[in-house]
Amino acid sequence: MIFVIAIHEWRSLFLSPLAWSLLAVTQGLLAWMFILLVDDFRNLQGRLVALDHAPGVTDLVVAPLFRVAAWVLLLLVPLLTMRLFSQERRSRTLDLLLSAPVGTPAMVLGKYLGVVTFFINAVGLITLMPLSLAMGAPLDLGKLLAGALGLTLLVAAATAAGLYLSTLTTQPTVAAVTTLGLLLALWIVDAASTAQGISSDLLSYLSLRRHYDSFLLGLFDSSDLAYYFLFSLAFLGLAMRRLDDLRLRD
Amino acid sequence: MRVEKHMMDEVLVQVEGLTRCHGEVRVVDDISFTLRRGQILGFLGPNGAGKSTLLRMLVGVLAPDAGQIIINGVDLLDQPIRAKQVLGYLPEQPPLYRELTVDEQLHYSARLHGLNRRASHQAATRIKQRCGLTDVSRRLIGYLSKGYRQRVGIAQAVLHDPAVIVQDEPTVGLDPLQSRQIRELISELGQERGVILSSHLLTEVQTLCTHVQMMRMGRLTQTVTLADLERQPSTRLRIGLHTPPPLALLERLPGVEQIDDLGQGYFCLHHAANAAPTASLIQRAGDWGLQELTPEHSHLEQLFVDLILKTEMDQ
Repeated sequence: MIFVIAIHEWRSLFLSPLAWSLLAVTQGLLAWMFILLVDDFRNLQGRLVALDHAPGVTDLVVAPLFRVAAWVLLLLVPLLTMRLFSQERRSRTLDLLLSAPVGTPAMVLGKYLGVVTFFINAVGLITLMPLSLAMGAPLDLGKLLAGALGLTLLVAAATAAGLYLSTLTTQPTVAAVTTLGLLLALWIVDAASTAQGISSDLLSYLSLRRHYDSFLLGLFDSSDLAYYFLFSLAFLGLAMRRLDDLRLRD
Repeated sequence: MRVEKHMMDEVLVQVEGLTRCHGEVRVVDDISFTLRRGQILGFLGPNGAGKSTLLRMLVGVLAPDAGQIIINGVDLLDQPIRAKQVLGYLPEQPPLYRELTVDEQLHYSARLHGLNRRASHQAATRIKQRCGLTDVSRRLIGYLSKGYRQRVGIAQAVLHDPAVIVQDEPTVGLDPLQSRQIRELISELGQERGVILSSHLLTEVQTLCTHVQMMRMGRLTQTVTLADLERQPSTRLRIGLHTPPPLALLERLPGVEQIDDLGQGYFCLHHAANAAPTASLIQRAGDWGLQELTPEHSHLEQLFVDLILKTEMDQ
């Protein structure tokens, strides 16, 4: 049942021009970024030869590209998650799901998987660009894959948060704005921990960016994995609770 | 024959003490009823009587504050997924995705109700024929007219062959011809299933339902079967006269208790049951220019009007 809902969600994304335009815009922006990075790398190449342990093309092109990609995708997540429940509540199509023999977990997970699948497609397309460098340069495939995985996990976690916020309101735009706020706040929350007078391990642990950065360095740490996993799980659980609660309140 | 009889007596829905509050107000207040196979049960009541809330609880969209709902022997609150398998629901506004085609919508709904790919395809083909949707199966729902959308909604509700069909104002917003088609479809479906519908339209309930429950401010006020109503003798006679005599003369007709002058030669004669002054009217038919003589069977209407008046008085 989860997959029926996931496929429906994924397909309806592509039935509207929204998904296509999002993919096109992301790809266009990041392609421009990619060209600039490759150009920089070519200019630097001469000086890099002289260095011991010089950073390679993966560190100088792939990591910065993925850092920008994370920004762009985080800005796009609210646009896709805002529809999930608030739009359905608004147009009263949620009744179809609520009256069908489908449990709340299946409903939430199905929608979640649908959007995450879309983002996996997007990450796949983004990864293709640095992958093309492998034709002419020694590429650290491990680091590239770690980066792609990190980006997917980051976006999946953001999607879970957006999905929860979209159950809270019947106005998609409100869901989008709150999601955007939450995600940006979590992105910069560790800036406070480096500021003077505030030292907090908790804040830096909460930061979405901290955990993503270690993936970009090629570090595959189970604690980062656990962070994204727990983050998603917490918001999905909240969404399920909220939907059950709606049956009592609405 | 005995088996069939047994089938028809099968209880499909059993509701007891259903209550739901909205703040201090009891939107649905301690409602109990039973639906058997082959029955079409209509909830009739003025706007805001709590009909929609009641129906939404019956299909598990809303949770009740108190009470029990048994669908086909399964407790809806304990085992919602199992109980919902035999339910088909059409809300007041059909839950349709504007960006899907009719085929895609029906397919999705069938899959949600546990049909596999093949079965859902077959079911969709069958129901499209029955609801007259074959011609529009590739059209986007967003571009369909209201009547067609309503039909897609109904098709979606009965696609998986549910034993119990719950419909909230199924013909609202349709033109008379469309309403008639939808009603025919519902009564056809109701023959081998159980149907629950709500309406504020009297004629709809009268032509469609086998049983009627009157609802007012969250409570059931009266249960009637339409067969009972029709068996009751009429106590009103509507007449139309070309050259009406003075009112006093009409009042002197045998059995007449009260006369309403409806204007333009039309009158409503109230009389005792089984004592209609038909014979005496026909005797004078020539002099008075009798052009219409209709006994009025409208107990349901009377009940309904009383109900609404009472509601207004309470408010």
